[in-house]
Amino acid sequence: MKEQLEKIKQEALAALADTQDAAELDSLRVKYLGKKGELTAVLKQMGKLSAEERPVIGQMANDVRELITAELEARKAKIEEIMLEARLKEEALDVTIPGSEKKLGHQHPMYIALEEIKEIFVGMGFTILDGPEVELAYYNFDRLNAEEGHPSRDWSDTFYFDKDSRVMLRSQTSPMQVHAMETKPLPIRILAPGRVYRKDEVDATHSPMFHQVEGMVIDKNITMADLKGTLSAVMEQLYGEGTKTRFRPHHFPFTEPSCEMDVQCHKCGGVGCPTCKGEGWIEILGAGMIHPKVLEMSGIDSEEYSGWAFGMGLERMAMRRFKISDLRLIFENDVRFLEQF
Amino acid sequence: MLLSRRWLNEFVSVDANDHDFSEDMTLSGSKVEVTEVEGSDISNVVVGRVVEIVRHENSDHMWICQVDVGEAAPVQIVTGAQNVKQGDLVPVAKDGSTLPGGVEIKAGELRGVLSNGMLCSFKELGLENRDFPAAYEDGIWILSDDAELTGLEVGQDIREAVGLNDHVVEFEITPNRPDCLSVIGLAREAAVTYGKELKLHEPVVKGGGDGLFDLLDVETPATDLCPRYTARMVRNVKIGPSPKWMRERLRASGVRPINNIVDITNYVMLEYGQPMHAFDYRYVKGGKIIVRRAEDGETLTTLDGNVRNLNSSMLVIADETRAVGLAGIMGGENSEIVEDTVDVVFESANFNGTCIRRAALALGMRTEASAKFEKGLDILNTLPAVNRACELVEMLGAGEVLDGVIDILNYVPNPKTLKLRPEKINALLGTNLETAEMVRILTELGFTVEGDDVTVPSWRGDVEHYSDLAEEVARFFGYNNIPTTAMMGVTTQGGYSKEQLLERNLGTVCRSMGFDEIITYSFISPTYYDKIRMPEDSPLRKSMKIMNPLGEDTSIMRTTVLPSMLEILTRNYNFRNKSAYLYELGRTYFEREDGLADEPKVLSLGMYGPAESFFTLKGAVETILESIRAEKVTFVAETGNPSYHPGRCAKIYVNGAEIGVLGQIHPLVAGNYGVDTELYCAELSFDALFAARGADPEYQPLPKFPAVTRDIAVLVDTTVTVGALEGCILGAAKGLLKEVKLFDIYNGANLPEGKKSVAFNLVLRADDRSLTAQEADDEVKAVLEALETEFGAALR
Repeated sequence: MKEQLEKIKQEALAALADTQDAAELDSLRVKYLGKKGELTAVLKQMGKLSAEERPVIGQMANDVRELITAELEARKAKIEEIMLEARLKEEALDVTIPGSEKKLGHQHPMYIALEEIKEIFVGMGFTILDGPEVELAYYNFDRLNAEEGHPSRDWSDTFYFDKDSRVMLRSQTSPMQVHAMETKPLPIRILAPGRVYRKDEVDATHSPMFHQVEGMVIDKNITMADLKGTLSAVMEQLYGEGTKTRFRPHHFPFTEPSCEMDVQCHKCGGVGCPTCKGEGWIEILGAGMIHPKVLEMSGIDSEEYSGWAFGMGLERMAMRRFKISDLRLIFENDVRFLEQF
Repeated sequence: MLLSRRWLNEFVSVDANDHDFSEDMTLSGSKVEVTEVEGSDISNVVVGRVVEIVRHENSDHMWICQVDVGEAAPVQIVTGAQNVKQGDLVPVAKDGSTLPGGVEIKAGELRGVLSNGMLCSFKELGLENRDFPAAYEDGIWILSDDAELTGLEVGQDIREAVGLNDHVVEFEITPNRPDCLSVIGLAREAAVTYGKELKLHEPVVKGGGDGLFDLLDVETPATDLCPRYTARMVRNVKIGPSPKWMRERLRASGVRPINNIVDITNYVMLEYGQPMHAFDYRYVKGGKIIVRRAEDGETLTTLDGNVRNLNSSMLVIADETRAVGLAGIMGGENSEIVEDTVDVVFESANFNGTCIRRAALALGMRTEASAKFEKGLDILNTLPAVNRACELVEMLGAGEVLDGVIDILNYVPNPKTLKLRPEKINALLGTNLETAEMVRILTELGFTVEGDDVTVPSWRGDVEHYSDLAEEVARFFGYNNIPTTAMMGVTTQGGYSKEQLLERNLGTVCRSMGFDEIITYSFISPTYYDKIRMPEDSPLRKSMKIMNPLGEDTSIMRTTVLPSMLEILTRNYNFRNKSAYLYELGRTYFEREDGLADEPKVLSLGMYGPAESFFTLKGAVETILESIRAEKVTFVAETGNPSYHPGRCAKIYVNGAEIGVLGQIHPLVAGNYGVDTELYCAELSFDALFAARGADPEYQPLPKFPAVTRDIAVLVDTTVTVGALEGCILGAAKGLLKEVKLFDIYNGANLPEGKKSVAFNLVLRADDRSLTAQEADDEVKAVLEALETEFGAALR
């Protein structure tokens, strides 16, 4: 019996070493370890053995069973590993095939530029203010020191809804200064972006509708030095640290002194290039100290309070920011344009 | 405003180069647009003397010249011109020279003979006959024939030889500074900028002729429009070209020379900033000038030959019988200075700026004169200007100036005085300037300062407040010398309103679903309402109308954003873009009682594309509503909106409040836009969305017990809607049903006629226990019974 057990062991181990799949492995398990298997057959003969031999052979038979069982398990694990490998190989993909598209929408470039500006000013304690586009000439002009007869009030420049030139499409966001003065408690820091309208034919740099951003501060002891400091800081945030600004005298009816602010051309660093038309500087916005008369008209004591304000064309900002060459692209809304941003 | 630097230097000597000059003037408030050097497109052209001229052997019209150009040997040049003689001084474009218009001259052979350059006409040097009236027009410019060209030297640069080398600076003058639309005005600015002396000149007129007041009478019935009218007369004028120096300055200033009298008026206008006009006295009938309003329907042929239809808002210069000029804009053809003019009236007047501006605008003829008048000119300037004109007449020997001046002053201006408030100025600027420094700047600018009283010079109509004085001080102290400080004072809390935050979030949600943001015009054409099939009697047709639109396409304020969206969809479709997904948060405009507008915002979505349907758009709308945590969202079929497909349109409600509409655009509307694909749009009221925002989320414990799912498929009439079935199912459930989800609709041929099969997945769950199969079955049974009762639905 010893020999029989030894033979079963040898045969089983040899057969297991050759198995390639799970089914074969299972039939081997039945063949050697099953109820009608070879090992069982041998054990059935145990009764014939002497009392001395029985424990020895019994022990041996158990060893053989354990050995075969262990080998079966090992082989099974091995086969599973081989099968997994084969499956993974089969499942391999061409990873260069494009992914299924998850279309992402795009913000309009002008509003991207606006968001940046808003964020900067909100961080400086400004409140964003929204206001009417259909406006009284009184707010758009009179209250801003542009009296009857001012050229911008002409029907050739401004859109009106009535013969008396009373109601109009605002030609600037500046009436928001007056609305803020009338409705907000002092001190005031507001930013008012929005649509404005002027009677300009459409071309590469003009549109009858465009956008401005108005900003205004009113408090005690506000100076032109503050205007310079604040706007210069904003430009550094927009265009990068170290961005140089310069201020030139200009004229607006509702600010005095008035100025225009340029930033040094980022392209040439101020030497002069096509981007800055050789000037080394790029005009960014108009600003000034709020005219004391404008403050007084809104019931603010100009002896106690002062303020500054600025207005900036948003289209030009966006065009510069994204190197857009033609204003018409902004309002054309071609998705091939929109999806670039 | 074009400024000749040569002319400027007569009043203030500034030797800065053009670049520095531009920079310095810009920073002190006179913005320079561009600078130009005359003749900069000419190079290597010199004065040459023809030392020999012989016929070309192989040509019957060409000549071979040996020309001395100041070099060791004469150069040989072949010319086809017939007016050149030996000994003539001529402009010689040498080999390798350039001429205006990008012309390059190189040596070459002309019929076998070497020509080392070209002899030039004045036209080839970019000049006009008006610039050099003595020059022969159809041949080489014989410099030695022009008595005005003196000191010519062989080899001399031609630009220097003929005076084509002035430096011209173009300024952009702001409308508050009409005084700077003159050489003297800019000279004053330059003098203060550089701390140099301003050398002004008082015109001196010898005069001598008598009878001015017998010959001429002036009346100004329109006193409000003509504050001042100043006139002088010149008799026995000799019309001819003005001298070279005057022509040069006019040319540099962008004014064409005409004749001596006209040139003088232009010269004075440029120098003093006071527009002038010269009338031929012959045509001033009755010797009387009347400054009056035009009569309605009156006509006048202006100097440019156009017939102008006038009305009573316009001011004319008339004689006793008719208008002879449009005041402040342009003279009449009927009184123009011509070659045989004998007696001349010089007008130097002050007119109402607004009147001139409106008339120029109405007539579409903005002139150099009107552009000055419209800004309001110095009333004290008329007399020096007319005297300067008379002085120039005498200097040029152009006629006999009569003694005396007719000067009607309808408005006597008082000099304005202001208080100098140095501490206020420093407080406004954030500076710490000495009062003496402020006084110095103001004084140099022509202000008179006595104590703290500042008298404003007559030409500075723009200065009327201490803040104006602050600007004057700041300009010359230097804006860039003002410190740069951070704002002090109370800190304010910045931020966005709830509405602004919602706007921003809606944008983010739309973009996350693949929609691109667009910007459309707020004004549209009234015909767009027809294009979207808006009913004639729709209240939305009551748009605000712009009285003076650019064109019909932008003439009314939109009451709906749909046409704007459709226009952009169409444009993208026409660009052959395969798909487009667009959104805009745009305003609509509704007139209020007070004439102003309510401007509600609308979130519009629009799309087309190969895989799109009503339900993909509906899904997007549902996502938007989910993002605002809207509750009780319902969609109700809308068959009556003429812009949308009657079977594919729904109104959207949240908690019973209407939010908007979505659907497929009616094929007829799409057709009106020339689009033959399915377009989908949604219009959602921003205010309604804002109101529909759900409450802030509150954590709900996650279910502890498993759910049981059951699928049911029922056979119902095809007219029964899924929404109705869902409503019925939810209504019938007894508390265990947590979710109903449609998963199939089947219309197969094997179903009875007029029936469809609708399949739902039901999720059942109790919060406090695991459900038994019996409990689930009972719930489903109740649902099925309700479906049967309500819709005759049979379980499949």
